[in-house]
Amino acid sequence: MAQKLVVIGAGMASGRMLEELFAQDADAYDVTLFGAEPRGNYNRIMLSPVLAGEKEYGEIITHDADWYRENGVNCRFGEPVVKIDRKAKQVVSPGGVTPYDKLVIATGSASFFIPVQGNDLPGVVGFRDLDDVEAMLKVAGKPDGQAVVIGGGLLGLEAAAALKEQGMDVTVLHLMDHLMERQLDPAAGYLLQKELEGRGIKIVCKAHTQAILGKDHVEAVLLEDGQVFGADLVVMAAGIRPESWLAVDAGLRVERGIWVDDTLQTSDADIYALGECVEHDEVVYGLVAPLFDMAKVLAKTLTGTAAEFKAPVVSCQLKVTGVDLFSVGDFSEGDEREEIVFRDPGRGIYKRLILKDDRIIGVVMYGDTLDAGWFFEMLKSGEDISAIRDTLIYGPAFQGGEALNPLAVVAAMPDSAEICGCNGVCKGTIVQAIHDGATDLGAIKAVTKASASCGNCTGLVEQVLASTLGDEFQVPVPAGICGCTDHSHEDIRRVIKSQALKSIPAVMQEMGWKTSCGCHICRPALNYYMIAEYPLEYADDLQSRFVNERNHANIQKDGTYSVVPRMWGGMTTPQELRAIADAAEKYNVPTIHVTGGQRIDLLGIQREDLPAMWADLNSAGLVSGHAYSKGLRTVKTCVGSDHCRFGTQDSTGLGIKLEKILWGSWTPHKVKLAVSGCPRNCAEATCKDLGVICVDSGYQVSVAGAAGMELKETEALATVASEQEVIDLAVAFIQLYRESANYLDRPYKWVAKVGMDWVISQVVEDTENRAALCERFEISQSVYRKDPWAEQAKPEYQPRKWAALADLTLEAAE
Amino acid sequence: MSNWIDIAALEDIPPRGARVVKTRLGCVAVFRTGDDKVFAIDDACPHKKGPLSEGIVHGNAVTCPLHNWVIDLETGMAQGADKGRVNTYEIRVEQGRILLDGARLLARSAA
Repeated sequence: MAQKLVVIGAGMASGRMLEELFAQDADAYDVTLFGAEPRGNYNRIMLSPVLAGEKEYGEIITHDADWYRENGVNCRFGEPVVKIDRKAKQVVSPGGVTPYDKLVIATGSASFFIPVQGNDLPGVVGFRDLDDVEAMLKVAGKPDGQAVVIGGGLLGLEAAAALKEQGMDVTVLHLMDHLMERQLDPAAGYLLQKELEGRGIKIVCKAHTQAILGKDHVEAVLLEDGQVFGADLVVMAAGIRPESWLAVDAGLRVERGIWVDDTLQTSDADIYALGECVEHDEVVYGLVAPLFDMAKVLAKTLTGTAAEFKAPVVSCQLKVTGVDLFSVGDFSEGDEREEIVFRDPGRGIYKRLILKDDRIIGVVMYGDTLDAGWFFEMLKSGEDISAIRDTLIYGPAFQGGEALNPLAVVAAMPDSAEICGCNGVCKGTIVQAIHDGATDLGAIKAVTKASASCGNCTGLVEQVLASTLGDEFQVPVPAGICGCTDHSHEDIRRVIKSQALKSIPAVMQEMGWKTSCGCHICRPALNYYMIAEYPLEYADDLQSRFVNERNHANIQKDGTYSVVPRMWGGMTTPQELRAIADAAEKYNVPTIHVTGGQRIDLLGIQREDLPAMWADLNSAGLVSGHAYSKGLRTVKTCVGSDHCRFGTQDSTGLGIKLEKILWGSWTPHKVKLAVSGCPRNCAEATCKDLGVICVDSGYQVSVAGAAGMELKETEALATVASEQEVIDLAVAFIQLYRESANYLDRPYKWVAKVGMDWVISQVVEDTENRAALCERFEISQSVYRKDPWAEQAKPEYQPRKWAALADLTLEAAE
Repeated sequence: MSNWIDIAALEDIPPRGARVVKTRLGCVAVFRTGDDKVFAIDDACPHKKGPLSEGIVHGNAVTCPLHNWVIDLETGMAQGADKGRVNTYEIRVEQGRILLDGARLLARSAA
C-alpha cells in the first residue's frame, strides 16, 4: 500500500516538489496537502506585476485545485496545521488529526514586521501573498492615497513601483546607506535611486523608523530624527522570517530556519523540509531558483533516489518595468580583489566586475544587462579571464571582434549555460527539446518550463530557438495582424476611433500599411471594424468580404453553395417546409441536412441558381439564416412551457424574440445562442456564446461558452426576473463584444482576454452603460436588420453580379 | 495571330473584384485590381480547383476562397510555400472596354 505523505504548505516549493514527485513515481504516496491560504498554488514572484495591474491573478496560477485533484492529492486549503505530533506521527489541524508516514514542511516565510509601536495597526501589511496584494489594492484605489514602504530591497522596491503605477504617492524608507545593499554596490544603488525618484517615488535612506502612528488605522510613520510621513498604507518589506514555529514546537532542530541536511531531512528521519522555511549549511534562501533545486532533490529523496542539495550561485533581477538591473556573486571590497568598472552617465549605464585570481566572482550591471548571461556563465565556470581582461567589460561581442549580435552570444554559450534561472533550465535542455519538436516558445515552456516563471528569460529562449532552428524560426512578430502591418488588432481599433478614420484606405495610409491594398486577412478585419464603428456612414465593402458573406451562402469544396433559411427559434410550419421541399426539387438539391442549430441545410446549389431560389423561399416568408456570416447564426430553443411538462417559462417565445432583435448584425466572429425552458437544458444553452436557462423565478443568463475546437461551459452573467432584462443583457453583451473584440475572436476568447469581471461591470452593474450599448446596437441594426437574400435577388443584381461577364462558349467553337 | 474579343466594359467588374467569362472549356476569371489593371486566368485554383473569381483581390494577387492559396494574377503562379500555376490569358483595356485574346482561348481548346 502507498505510504501516507503529508505536506504542510501549498506554495511554490511544495508545488514544484509534488510535480517532480509525481513525475518520478505517481503512485508512491497518498498525498494530503495543507495550505493556510484558501487557494491553490500561484507564482509568488509575479505578485509585483499583479500589484502593478500588469497581470491578473488568473495568469499567475501554477497549480489550481483541479491540478491537485487530477494528481490524486487530498487538498485541505484554508486549513492551517497547528501542531505536529511526532510520537503519534500525525498532524493536528482544525479538521482533526491526519496520520503520516512521511511529513514535508514547506511553510515558507512571513514578512518581518519591524518591532516598533503601531506595527499591528490596520493598514500595515506585509508583501508575501495574494491577500497582502488585495489589501494593498483596496487602499490604492482611493484618490490621493499615500503609501510608505519600509525596506528598500528587492521586494520593497517592486511594491513601491507597483503602488506608484496604481497612482499612489509612495515613499520608501530604507535603513541602509543605499538601496538593495545586499545585491547592489553603492554606485548601482545610486543609479537605481535616481531612476525611481525620476518616476516620482520618494526615497529616504538611513531611515530609522521609530513608530507607526494612528488611532484605528495607520496614519503616518515617524522616524527617529523626527521626520513624519503621512500614510494610508504601510508595506513591511524589511525582510522575511522563516515560518518555523511548528518545527520549534515539535522539538525539531531549528536555527534561523528549520535545519536540514543535504537530502533535506530534518533532525527527525521521517520529516523533511524545503523552501524558505529551512536553513541549509547556515544559509536561508529567499529566491526561487534554489527552492526549485530543493524540490528536485526532495522528490528524489522521497522516492529513494540518492540526491544532494548543493548551495547554488544565485543571481537576481528586479522586476520593475523599464529598469534593467542584474547582480550576482560577491561584490564587497577586499584585499586580493580587483575590479573593472564601466560607466556611461549620459545613458545611465554602470557595469562592474569583481575579480579574484583572474576569475569573475561578482557582477553588478545597471541600465544594460545584455551581457549578464555571459558574465554569469564565466562566474559559474570559473574561467580564467586574464587573456581577455582588457576588453572583458565590453562583453562577448568584443572578444572575437564581431558586431554586437545577441544571437552570436547565445550560439556561443555552452550547453551547460543556464538560460532560465527560476527553473534551472540550461541551454542544452532547451536545444534537446527543440530537436524533439518543440519549435516555439509555448512548446518550450510546456516541455522544459524555461521562461514559465518570471519570464525574464523569454528573449533568451527565443534566441536559443533562433540560433538552433536558423531560418525556420520566426521570432514572433509581437503584434501585426498580418504581413501588411505591424499593428495589433487592439492598436488598429484604437486608432480608428481616436483619429476618426472612416475608410479602409484611410486606416492603411495613417497606420503605414506595407502593401497597397492589404490582403485577405486584414481587409475583412478592417471592413468589420468600420461597420462596427460607423454603421450609418460606412458603406460595406463587398470586395473585402470573404466569399460566403459576399454571396450570402456557404461555399462548399466543389464550388457549389449551401442555403439555410432562417427558422426563428428553431420553429417552422407546414407551409415553410413545403416551400423548402419545393425549392429542393426545383433546383435539384442533392443533399438536405438538419443542422445542430435547428435549421435545414440545402447543399450542392449552383451559384447561378442562388438568386432565383432565394426569391422562391422569400415568397413563402423565409429569409436568410445567415449560416455563412460572422454574425448572429441561430437561437436554439426547447419547446418550454408551451408543451413540456417541466418547462418553467416560454423559452421558444423568448428565443424568437432574441433572434428577431439580433438577426442581421455583424460581429467579430459567429454568435450562437440558446434558450432552455428548464435546467434540464435540452437546448444545450451552457456551451453557447450566450445561453439562457429558464427557472421558476426567472432567467439565468450565462456567456462565453464554446463547443467547437475547444469545449467550455458558459460563465454566469446574471440572473434576472423578466424577458426584457434578458433581452437587454443579451443585446448589451453582444454590442460590447462587437465594440471591443478582435476580429475572428469568438466571445469566449474575447472574455478570456478582457475578463468576466469587466464584462459584468459593463453589462450588468453599470445600467446606464447597458442602456447605451443597447442604443448603439439599435442604431447599427437600423441599417443591418434586413434580409440580404431579398436584396440580392432583385433583378438589377442579375447582370452586374450573378450572370457571367460574357459567354464565349459559342465563340470558341467557331 | 491575335483575335481580340470585346467582352465587357471595365466598369462591369468592381475594383478589387472579378467576374467570369464562360468558355467551352470552363470559366476564365477576369480580374480588375485596385489600380484598374485587368488580368485573365483560369477560374480554378491549382490546389483543389477553388473558384478564384470569388477570392479576395489584393495588389496583383488573389487569395483562393477555399484554402487561402495566393495566386499571382500576372504569372498565374502560386505564391509563398505553395506550388502550382494556372493558365493566364492576354487581356487589355482600350477606351474603357476589356479585350480578351480569343486566339489563346482557341489554342487552349485545341490542345
